Amino acid sequence: MTYIPIADQPNELHDPHTFISKYVWSQDHKVIAIQYGSVAIFVGLVALFLSALMRLQLGYPDTFSFIDPADYYQFVTMHGMIMVVYLLTALFLGGFGNYLIPLQIGARDMVFPYLNMLSFWFYLLSVIILMASFFVSGGPTGAGWTLYPPQAILRGTPGADMGIVLMLASLAVFIVAFTMGGLNYVTTVLQARTHGMTMMRLPLSVWGIFVATILGLFAFPALFVSAIMMTFDKLIGTSFFMPAIVSLGENLNTAGGSPVLFQHLFWFFGHPEVYIVALPAFGLVSDVLSCHARKNIFGYRMMVWAIVIIGALSFIVWAHHMYVSGMNPYFGFFFAFTTLIIAVPTAIKVYNWVLTLWEGNIRLTVPMLFAIGFIFTFLHGGLTGIFLGNVTVDLPLSDTYFVVAHFHMVMGVSPVLVLYAALYHWFPKMSGKMFNVTLGKIHFWATFLGTYAIYLPMHYLGFLGVPRRYYAMGNTDFIPDSAQALNANITQAAIFVGIMQFVFIFNIIWSLKYGKKSDPNPWEATSLEWQTPDNPPVHGNWGEKLPVVYRWAYEYSVPGAKDDFIPQSIAPEDVVMEEGAGKYVDRSEEH
Amino acid sequence: MNPFRFLLEKSWQQQTVSGIPEGGEFTTSPYKVALLFFLAVVTVMFGLFITAYFVRMELDDWRPMPESPLLWLNTALLFLSSITLQWTHNVLKKEHFKKFKIGLVLGALLTVGFVYGQVTVWGQMQGEGYFLYNNPANAFFYVLTGIHAIHILGGLFVWTKTIVKYWSGAELEDLKLSTELCALYWHFLLLVWLVLFALISYT
Amino acid sequence: MPIIIVLVLLIIATLLFHFLSPWWFTPIASNWTGIDLTIEITFWVTGAVFIALNLFMAYCIYKYRYSKNRRSKYEPENKKLEIWLTSVTAIGVAALLTPGLFVWADFVNVPEDAHEVEVVGQQWQWSYRYPGADGLLGAADASNISAVNPFGMDPDDPYGQDDILVSGKDMHLPIDRPVKVLLRSKDVLHDYAVAQFRVKMDMVPGSVSYMWLTPTLAGSYDILCEELCGLGHFVMRGTVIVEDEESYNNWLDSQMTYAELNAQAVGNPQVGQALYAVCSACHGANGEGIEALNAPRLSGLEPWYIKRQINYYKTGVRGDENDVIGMTMSPMAAVLADDAAINNVAAYIETLPESSAPLTVTGDVANGRALYEPTCGVCHSEDGEGIWAVNAPALAGMSDWYLVRQLQNFKSGVRGAHREDQFGFQMIGMATALKDDEAINDVVSYINTLR
Repeated sequence: MTYIPIADQPNELHDPHTFISKYVWSQDHKVIAIQYGSVAIFVGLVALFLSALMRLQLGYPDTFSFIDPADYYQFVTMHGMIMVVYLLTALFLGGFGNYLIPLQIGARDMVFPYLNMLSFWFYLLSVIILMASFFVSGGPTGAGWTLYPPQAILRGTPGADMGIVLMLASLAVFIVAFTMGGLNYVTTVLQARTHGMTMMRLPLSVWGIFVATILGLFAFPALFVSAIMMTFDKLIGTSFFMPAIVSLGENLNTAGGSPVLFQHLFWFFGHPEVYIVALPAFGLVSDVLSCHARKNIFGYRMMVWAIVIIGALSFIVWAHHMYVSGMNPYFGFFFAFTTLIIAVPTAIKVYNWVLTLWEGNIRLTVPMLFAIGFIFTFLHGGLTGIFLGNVTVDLPLSDTYFVVAHFHMVMGVSPVLVLYAALYHWFPKMSGKMFNVTLGKIHFWATFLGTYAIYLPMHYLGFLGVPRRYYAMGNTDFIPDSAQALNANITQAAIFVGIMQFVFIFNIIWSLKYGKKSDPNPWEATSLEWQTPDNPPVHGNWGEKLPVVYRWAYEYSVPGAKDDFIPQSIAPEDVVMEEGAGKYVDRSEEH
Repeated sequence: MNPFRFLLEKSWQQQTVSGIPEGGEFTTSPYKVALLFFLAVVTVMFGLFITAYFVRMELDDWRPMPESPLLWLNTALLFLSSITLQWTHNVLKKEHFKKFKIGLVLGALLTVGFVYGQVTVWGQMQGEGYFLYNNPANAFFYVLTGIHAIHILGGLFVWTKTIVKYWSGAELEDLKLSTELCALYWHFLLLVWLVLFALISYT
Repeated sequence: MPIIIVLVLLIIATLLFHFLSPWWFTPIASNWTGIDLTIEITFWVTGAVFIALNLFMAYCIYKYRYSKNRRSKYEPENKKLEIWLTSVTAIGVAALLTPGLFVWADFVNVPEDAHEVEVVGQQWQWSYRYPGADGLLGAADASNISAVNPFGMDPDDPYGQDDILVSGKDMHLPIDRPVKVLLRSKDVLHDYAVAQFRVKMDMVPGSVSYMWLTPTLAGSYDILCEELCGLGHFVMRGTVIVEDEESYNNWLDSQMTYAELNAQAVGNPQVGQALYAVCSACHGANGEGIEALNAPRLSGLEPWYIKRQINYYKTGVRGDENDVIGMTMSPMAAVLADDAAINNVAAYIETLPESSAPLTVTGDVANGRALYEPTCGVCHSEDGEGIWAVNAPALAGMSDWYLVRQLQNFKSGVRGAHREDQFGFQMIGMATALKDDEAINDVVSYINTLR
C-alpha cells in the first residue's frame, strides 16, 4: 500500500481560528519558524550584549567596575554556548528549516505538525532554563562553552553550583527539542516531497538543512550522554570524569575518572555541530548566489555530494580539537589526515560559488552583497582552519587568539552573513513586504567591514602567543603594550558592529509596518516557495492543489527562453520562448 | 543495487515528471521512517554510553558489580513482552480483535513487570550497599538501566495511545501501523537490553 | 560597484596588515624550527589561494555585473574543470599536511637522551620536580597531597627521596639539552605553554602527559596556562629560565630534596618569643598591630605566610624604594639571621591570641560582598580564613587599614611586581577587578564582617 503524506490530507490540517491557536499554539510550520527565529534572535542579542561586555573588559581592563573575573568567565561561556547552540543551530534548523523545507519541497506542512509545535516549546523551555541561570546564586557557569570537567563542577569556577546544573539541564531539554524537530525535518524531506520532486531536484537549501539535521540527530546524543554523566558527577558524586583531585586544598576523595573521555564525547558532538551550522549556511547561500547571479548553481551534483561527504567526514575529525589535550599523541596523525581531507570538498564548494558568479549576470542586491561577503569571510576562515587542522601548526596556535579569530570568522561571521543574506532574501516571502534597501546596505557594510576589522587583527595576536580566555593580560615579557592598544581598537570595532545590528532590527520592524508591498516573486527565483498562490503563503501553503515539479531548482538563463528564469512548477509546454528560438525541450540529448 | 544511485541523477536534463512516481507515493509510512531514525538516534546514544563504559572500565578503580539473578527473570519478561507484541501485530493483521486485545494488554503487563523487576534489582543492590556513587561500575549500571527503563516507559506511552485509538474506533490501517511500530520498538529495546545485559554480566 | 573596490582594498589591506604588523611570532627559543617552517609554508600557500580566489571573485563581479541585454551562461556543470580543481586542491592540501606530519612524528618520539622534568599544575600555580641524583622521579599521586606534602609524593618510594621539589614559580632548564617535560595536575585541566618554545600540552588530572623540546636560546620566558582552569586562569603564570649547564647545576644544587624538606626543623615558639621582642615594639606584645606605627596585626597569620614575607623583606622583594612604609620593615627583618630564626618567630606568632584588629574602614558592605565572594573568596576562602594550598593568607580579623593599603599597593605595582615575588603578581592581576578606591573600601569593609 502507499501512504498519502499526512501534510496532504486536508483533515489533518486543523485550520486555526483563534489568535492563540494561530500564533501561540500554532502547528503551522511558518509560524513555528518565525517563533523559533524570534526567540533565537532574541537570545542572540543577549549573547551579542555579553560579547560587548567581554570586549569592554579586554579593551579597557582597568575601567569597568561591573566586570570582575567571575563575570568575565560567565560572559565568555554564555556568549559561546548561546551563539553556537541557541542561536545558530536553532535559527538555521528551527527557523529556516521549518520555514523552507515544506515550501521548497512542495508540502503543505511538516509531516508531524504537533511534534513540530512541541519542538518549539521545548526549545523555549531550554532557553528559559538557560536564562534563569543568570538569576541563581553564583550566576551562570563560567566553565567555558566546552564545559570541561573537572573544572566545570569545582569550586574554583564561577557558577559551579547552580549555574552548571542549569546549563546541563537546558542542554538536555534543547536536545529533546532538537530531536523532535529533527525527526520531523528528515521525515518531511524524505516522505512529503511533491510530485516530480526527486532528491536531486531539491534546492541546495533543503540539502544543507537535511544533512545538517541528520548530523544533529547523531551528534547531539554525545552531548546528551556527557551532560548526563557530568550531572551525576556534580549532583551525586559519581566519578565518570573525576580522577583523584585536590581542589583548593581539599581532597575530594574521587578517583579514576577520565576528563579526556568527556572531551572525546564533547567533540564527537562539537565538531559535527560546526557543520550543523555550516551546511545549512552552505545551502542557503548557494540558492541566494544562484538566484541573484541569474545563473544555475555551478556543479549542482558536486555541491550535493560535497554536502554529504562533509557531513560524513565530520564524524571522524573530532579530535583535532584535542591535539594538545594530553590524549595519546599518535591520534594526531589520523585526525590531522581526516581533517585536511575535509578541506577538499569544502574548497570545491567555494570554487563552485565563485564559478556561479563567473559568466553570470550579477544583481548586487542586499542578499547578494551578504552572500559575496560570506564567500570572502568563509574563505578566510577556512584557510586559517588549515593552519589549525594541521596538527603541527596547531601546537603554537591552539588556545591563542588565533583560534578565537578562526572560529569566529568561519563559524560566527560567515554563518551570520548567510543568515542575513537569507533573511533579506526570504523576508518578502515571509512578510509580503519589501525591506528598506538603503538600510540593508548600511547594515551590510557595517557588518562586513566591521567584523573583518575585529577578527583580522585578532589572528596576529594569536601568532604573537596571546592566550584566549584571559580576563586581563597583565605583564608578560613577550606581549608589547601595542597589543593592548590593538585590543582597544578591536573593542571599538566590536561595539560598532554590535550597535549596527540594530539597523537590521529596525529595518525589519519598520518594513513590517511601513514596507512596500512585495511581489510574490520579487527576485524572479525558480524554487517552489516563490510560486505560492498567496503572498505570504497561508496555512496549507498551496491552495487547492499541490504544485508539480518538472525540473531542478536552478533553471536560470536558459538559452532561448523569454524570461531568464523558469520556475520548477511550470510545465515545459507552458514555457514562453523567444521568437525563433524553437521549442523549450528536454535537453537530455544535448549533454 | 546501489542505494545512493539517485545521487548521480543529472536533474537538469530531464524536464518532465514522467517516470517519477506520483507525489506522496511513498511505500513506507512517515511514522515508520521517523521511528527508524529515532531508533538510530537511540542506538547512537547507547553506543556512546557503551564506548564510555569500555573506556572507563580500563581505569584502575573499576570494581565490577555482582550480578542479580533477578535480571534473568526480567530479561525473560521483556523477551516475552516483545514476542507478545509481535503476536498481537500478527493477529491484528488477521483481524482477530479479541486476541489483539489480549495481546496488547498482556504485552503491557509483561513490560510493567520488567520495569518493576528492574526497580526491584535497584533496591536489592542498594540494600547490599552498591550505591551509585561508590564506583563507576555501579554508576554505569544504574544510569544504563535507568535510561533503558525511561525508553520503555516512553514505549508504554505510545502503547497507551494505541489502545486509546482502538477504543475510539480508529481505522484498521492506522491501528495496524501503531501496533507494528510498537512491536518494532519493543524488539529494539529488547535488543538494547540484551546488549546491556551482556555488557554488565561479562565485564 | 563599491563591493569590487572594497574586495580589492580588503586584499591590499590584509597584505599591508600582514607585512606591517608588529605582532608576530616571538623569537624561537627551542629546537622546533620545523613548526615555524610548516607555518610559513602554510602561510604562503593559503595566502596565495586567498588572494587569487578573491581577486577572481572581484573580477567576476565586475565583468558580469547585471545588464538587461545579457544572459548568464547556462552551464550546469563542467566535469573536467571540477576534476581538475579537485586534484589541484588535493595535491595542495597534501603538500601542506606532509611536512606537518613529519614534524609531528618528531614531536611524539622523545629522544633517548632527554632528561626528565616534571611540571605540576594546580589552581592557579606552577611547581616543578626534578629527579635527584638517581635520575629517576619517585611515585606521586594527588591522593597523597597534604599541607606538608604539597607534591603528593609517595613517602615510601625510595626513588622519590632525592627528588628536588621547587615550589616557586621559576623553573630552570639547561640550554641545548633535550628535555622531556612531564605534566601533572592536582585538580583541573591546565596547559603548559611557553610562546618561545612553540610547543604546549595540557595537563590532565589523573594522568601524566608529556612533551619534549631542546631549549636553544638562553633567557627567561613566561609560562602561561592556556587551558581555562577557573577563576584565576589569567594569573596562572610562571617563568622558565634557560641557562648554561653550570648555572643550571648551581641552581639545582641550591634547591631542597624531598628528604631534606621533610627533615626541616619545626619552629620553636620558646626561642621565637625572645626574638619577637624586636617585633613587639611596633606590632604590639600580642601581635595585635598598631596603626599609628603602620604595623599591621600579625596574630592569626599562618607561619608559611609570615616566613615568606620576612624573607621578602630580607631580600628586598618587598620594601624597596617605592614602598616607603615597607622600607622600614627591611632592617627589622634583617635582624632574623637565618631560616631557623624566622621559623621560630613564625612559630611564636602562631601561638599569639587571636584578637581582631579595630575597625577603621567603612564602605558599602553589600557591594563588597558581591566583589569578594566570587573573586577574593575563591582563594582566601569565603570566610576569609585563607587557604594554604593556594598560598592565600587569612584576611578575616586583620588590620583593615593595612588591607586597603596593600590592595592599593598591588594595584599601583608597589607590591607584587618584583620578579622574585612568587604570588604577588597574581594579586596584581586579581586587583584589576577593583577598579577604584571605593571598590577597595567596599571589599575591606565586607572582610571586616568576617570575624
